[in-house]
Amino acid sequence: MGMAAESQFHVLAVDDNIIERKLIERLLKTSSYQVTTVDSGSKALEFLGLDEHGQSNPNQPSVSPNNHQEVEVNLIITDYCMPGMTGYDLLKKIKESTSLRNIPVVIMSSENVPSRITRCLEEGAEEFFLKPVRLSDMNKLRPHMMKTKVKDQKPEIQEEEEEEEEETPEVFQSPQHHHHHQQQQLSNNNNKRKATEEGLSPDRTRPRYSGLTVVSN
Amino acid sequence: MEGVLQLQRQLIDYTTSLYNEGFLDDQFTQLQQLQDESNPDFVVEVVSLFFEDSERLLNELSKALDQQSVDFKKVDAHVHQLKGSSSSIGAQRVQRICIAFRNYCEEKNIEGCLKSLQQVKNEYSLVKNKLESLFKLQQQLSAACGSIPME
Repeated sequence: MGMAAESQFHVLAVDDNIIERKLIERLLKTSSYQVTTVDSGSKALEFLGLDEHGQSNPNQPSVSPNNHQEVEVNLIITDYCMPGMTGYDLLKKIKESTSLRNIPVVIMSSENVPSRITRCLEEGAEEFFLKPVRLSDMNKLRPHMMKTKVKDQKPEIQEEEEEEEEETPEVFQSPQHHHHHQQQQLSNNNNKRKATEEGLSPDRTRPRYSGLTVVSN
Repeated sequence: MEGVLQLQRQLIDYTTSLYNEGFLDDQFTQLQQLQDESNPDFVVEVVSLFFEDSERLLNELSKALDQQSVDFKKVDAHVHQLKGSSSSIGAQRVQRICIAFRNYCEEKNIEGCLKSLQQVKNEYSLVKNKLESLFKLQQQLSAACGSIPME
């Protein structure tokens, strides 16, 4: 049930703006992903099988991370600024949920606010895209979804994989559009992140996050 | 009845002028690149949504700014939406006014807001006309020589 190794990746896109929803849908479909769009965080949680308080349906035992729904969700991409539940609130609820926390989450925002970006990445977002989102950004989703598939198939070495996994930092991507951060050793990185934060300004091109070193200009 | 070459020329010149005059930016090109044989009307669909949504927002803005006691948070929320949609379709001049508009909201500057509202209505009206003319040219060209690959 829900194990569809051969089928496309399924992305849940969350945005309160109708034009942006249409755009993200087209971007995702053009990249050969299956798409479901919803217009709010609460609808997203509903789709994922949680109620507003992040509680799963007590009658449905969580067998594996994505088995909650008939349709498996491989990635959630959400706008940051939404009325009611923000993208950050949604991210938190997903990461607090035992059934959903392994689903990679990507945040989108029209505003380049370094502290916002840091906060989202620290909370477990895989990527932070600046709007308007482009086709080239869609390629960055695939590695995150691939990782989840691998994890599903090898549950016994899940912990090891999480620590060892290393993504080659894609440094010089679409200018000013992309913030990529590695998640290991969060506590060690806290000071470094703050320093990086101070060094950032909105017109700085292509900030580089290697996860361990501080880049200062 | 204009020939294909003349229509093509017209279309190119007109499109170029829209970019040069700042009505459209690169995001509009991105939209065109997302259009293909399986989604031949994508750009028109998105832009039509933009027209509908913008008109709704402009009405809401007029109402909100007409109140005895203006709720600037509400005004800002609408402008934020308009800024987002205009940015998504590449309507650069509309987007830019929205940025200034939001600053006035933050300052709770009613005069600034009213001025911005007028400006954004003007710019919206202009870009709407421009885009409608653009689509019309595309249709004419399309009719003259079958389907056109979108550049």
